[in-house]
Amino acid sequence: MQSGFPCFRFISCLGLAWLLSGADLLVSADEAPAAETPAAETPAETSEVAGAEVPLGEFIDQQIRQGWQDNEITASEIASDEEWVRRIYLDLVGRIPTLEEARAFLDDESPRKRSVLIESLLENEDYVRNFTTIWSNNCIGRGAPMRVSRTGMEKFFREAFAKNRPWNEIVVDIVTASGHYEENGAVNYTLAQMQNADEGVQLTAMTTRLFLGLQVQCTQCHNHPFNKWQQDQFWEYNSFFRQVGKIDHRKVDPKTGRMVDDFSEVVWQEFSGPVYYEKRSGVMQVAFPRFEGMEVDAGVGVDRRVEFGKLLTHSVDDSASQLAQAMVNRTWSHFFGYGFTRPVDDMGPHNPASHPELLQRLSKEFVAAKYDVKQLIRWIVASEAYSLTSQYGEKNKIDDPAAGEMPLFSHMYLKSMQAEQMYDSLIVASNAHKSGKGGWGAQEEQRRRWMQQFVVAFENDENDESTTFNGTIPQALMMMNSELMDKACSVERGSFLFESMSTPGSENQKIQDLYMAALSRKPTKTEISRVQKMLSRYGNQKLNGYQDLFWALLNSNEFVFIH
Amino acid sequence: MSLWNNYGMNRRHFMQHMATAAATVPAMNFLSHLQANADVVKSKQKACILMWMGGGPPTIDIWDLKPESKNGGEFRPIDTAAPGVQISEHMPETAKVFNDLSLVRSMSTREADHGRGRYYMQTSYVPNPTVVHPTYGSVVSYELGKNRKALEIPAFVSVDGGAGQAGFLGMTHAPFVVDNTGRIRNAPTEEGKQRLGARLTMLDEIESGFIKSGRGELPKAHQDVYVNAKNLMTSRQMAAFDVSKADAGLGLEAESQAMKDQYGTNGFGQGLLMARRLVQVGVPFVEVNMGGWDLHAGVFDTLKNQRLPQLDKGISAITADLKARGMLDNTVLVWMGEFGRTPRINQDVGRDHWAASWSVMMGGGGLKNGQAVGATDKDGIQIADGSKAYLPGDIWATVAMAMGIPVNTVHTSKRGRPMKLANGGTPIQELIG
Repeated sequence: MQSGFPCFRFISCLGLAWLLSGADLLVSADEAPAAETPAAETPAETSEVAGAEVPLGEFIDQQIRQGWQDNEITASEIASDEEWVRRIYLDLVGRIPTLEEARAFLDDESPRKRSVLIESLLENEDYVRNFTTIWSNNCIGRGAPMRVSRTGMEKFFREAFAKNRPWNEIVVDIVTASGHYEENGAVNYTLAQMQNADEGVQLTAMTTRLFLGLQVQCTQCHNHPFNKWQQDQFWEYNSFFRQVGKIDHRKVDPKTGRMVDDFSEVVWQEFSGPVYYEKRSGVMQVAFPRFEGMEVDAGVGVDRRVEFGKLLTHSVDDSASQLAQAMVNRTWSHFFGYGFTRPVDDMGPHNPASHPELLQRLSKEFVAAKYDVKQLIRWIVASEAYSLTSQYGEKNKIDDPAAGEMPLFSHMYLKSMQAEQMYDSLIVASNAHKSGKGGWGAQEEQRRRWMQQFVVAFENDENDESTTFNGTIPQALMMMNSELMDKACSVERGSFLFESMSTPGSENQKIQDLYMAALSRKPTKTEISRVQKMLSRYGNQKLNGYQDLFWALLNSNEFVFIH
Repeated sequence: MSLWNNYGMNRRHFMQHMATAAATVPAMNFLSHLQANADVVKSKQKACILMWMGGGPPTIDIWDLKPESKNGGEFRPIDTAAPGVQISEHMPETAKVFNDLSLVRSMSTREADHGRGRYYMQTSYVPNPTVVHPTYGSVVSYELGKNRKALEIPAFVSVDGGAGQAGFLGMTHAPFVVDNTGRIRNAPTEEGKQRLGARLTMLDEIESGFIKSGRGELPKAHQDVYVNAKNLMTSRQMAAFDVSKADAGLGLEAESQAMKDQYGTNGFGQGLLMARRLVQVGVPFVEVNMGGWDLHAGVFDTLKNQRLPQLDKGISAITADLKARGMLDNTVLVWMGEFGRTPRINQDVGRDHWAASWSVMMGGGGLKNGQAVGATDKDGIQIADGSKAYLPGDIWATVAMAMGIPVNTVHTSKRGRPMKLANGGTPIQELIG
């Protein structure tokens, strides 16, 4: 991105001038009364990184702005409070705000309300739940792999995110885990990658990809076609995972007298020396455990996964550790829909980052902050780029990563809700979380059943898009007609519609309530008059009309997308 | 897998699935015009019906009996309409139509784990952490779906299935799953459709603001998907899923009890009956699932009393029915599971997983039928000397040829890697004549 524009220096001088004046415009044009310049929101800087002269928050904004200048585009305006509050809830706590939460934020006149909300959401129990879901899915998938305990995996991440444990410690626990799959939930990652008796091939590929952002799996069979990685690299990584064994325990079911599955556990098994692999030529080769050039004792009695864990935070030359870079890239992608590389888990010399200096600086700061995940999130959501609206126009229409362009982050990109976000948001919008039916356990069970439907219907695409709402008939039918949607639009006692309908108020007020509950915003005057016109067709069946309106709001593009 | 990265999308993902299923009013007019020569068009439209035997069927007890061997088990072979080809005594009706069917008795496929075996047999590729390969139904959907302009139903329908993946071809080519009664999950009821109509009208109004708000193409694509889903639900071609419905224009009749009985009043039989109707309206690939083959114990009782009577009815009925309608030459039949079962009978009178030597059945499709290609040795434990061993890619290359898909087709994975159709398999010479 930084290259390819021979005369960009000239442009950037001009660009800087109008951009500075534009920056004022951004703020003054914002309808939201309490919008602030993002710099003012940035939490206390931690410039522990040597030689970092510019505070991190400023640095992030500068680097992003540089991209706008280089490409001669003007960024979109700051998002309104209504747009931003919905986005921050979905991104941080995995659901839309409740009617009360949205109103409280919109009515708040404090100039610091955005940073106050960020802090409060980071302490919300749904933050823990959201990131537990995300990382459990990353580690074991949404399906039900054999002999894996989702309960165990979730328990591990729940504790990790609740305590905001340093990321490097979390990952070390995962990659070195041994033991019972519910007593030490971290082992479930390894169990899920051991579905095939494949000498740790899947475990190797997944570990490097998920935690290091490196796709070395191509080199399982041949030298990498696009970079310097050689075939031995895959097998060097693989040799760390050859001491992993598992025991699937069985027990007698006292009722039937038959043997049934009991727990599974990961155990250490003896392995020393090199691993053997075959070149395409048929020649056998050996590979010893080696991590980015660091040799590990291949002798008897060395626990190689423990050694792997120790090397995870190792960094080469002046770079941040690959562990930090991978997490920064992934986390950035979580908030923007796109990371600095595409895909986010394929970093390396063959796939240059869109904003290499920003990625490095953020990664180094992340290391300096002792891999503090919440701090990393704070930096990202306090950035100017994150605060922009998803609306864009002529002046930045080329910033369209959906069309294959490199992301410039000059406006927020639309993200499709993940299945869990959709479920939790429907629950919130329809008040089902308050009706008190069934309690936590029953609700989790319902959520799992809904997710199972997703897994069956949609686990059929490569990796990342299988569970987003991306436009198949089964998905549309699920949104239109599922039991969950029926419930969300029900008028039984305790439901949102029941509450809203049985509270005195004008038609106008009720329409506003419905919009606020579903979309976290007030309808425009035009919208109100259109809706009123449609409702009038229902005659004395007004209740049906409101139900259909709520159904339409929950099925709308504005609801399905995070914007 | 990494479900967290890049969940930005583009319009292509939204729209591709709909490309083959789009039902618009002009299409309807086109369709009625088309009915004038429906018979001509339909009889030339190629289709494949895959009968998927989940669990791994004991082909040694069905298609390749070894009565002289200690591995032979309880069943005797019988002659079929195809000279020299014998099959199990519990498949008498199928034996009568075997001049339209064939066996490949020398499959040797090395994957004896359920998941890996299924993946291998359905994609022709062994599982690999770098890429997800499409199952064959998705390949056919990708290759032929785009040319079926009058088709309003997705081009790959799976009856009672769900595990197949479209891989790098994109989920637009994923199987459209129904159960064997034709029920589509979350489809609106008849009375529900009216309410849905009112709701969609309201949605149309509500959504328009966001579409015009300058947020790219995705908001409009979302609306299109809903329109298309609604169009599918109201398409007259949906009658194909309901065996009680007639539609003369589509050439569909309400199936008589006699017809239902002929196919067998069980999930597999009714699934095949529905498959025939789907092929009639132009669906190029239908998969019908029959499970319960993982017979580690009590193999002979289960086969004799449960599996084989259903299998026999279903296969014989679909073969005869397609033939009577003049559709058999354009409809290729494939019967397979993820692997065969051990020739050795275990202590529980069962057979375990076995991929080294087993059989796949094919038929129709204009193939040179009525023969058994390849052979296993006298105990069924390996491919006989002088017999060629076949891989799933060879089966699917044969299917490609029967369906008019160029065998040298190459697809491109999302990482730009070329992927040969059917993993570069070769059509089976004896079958293509």
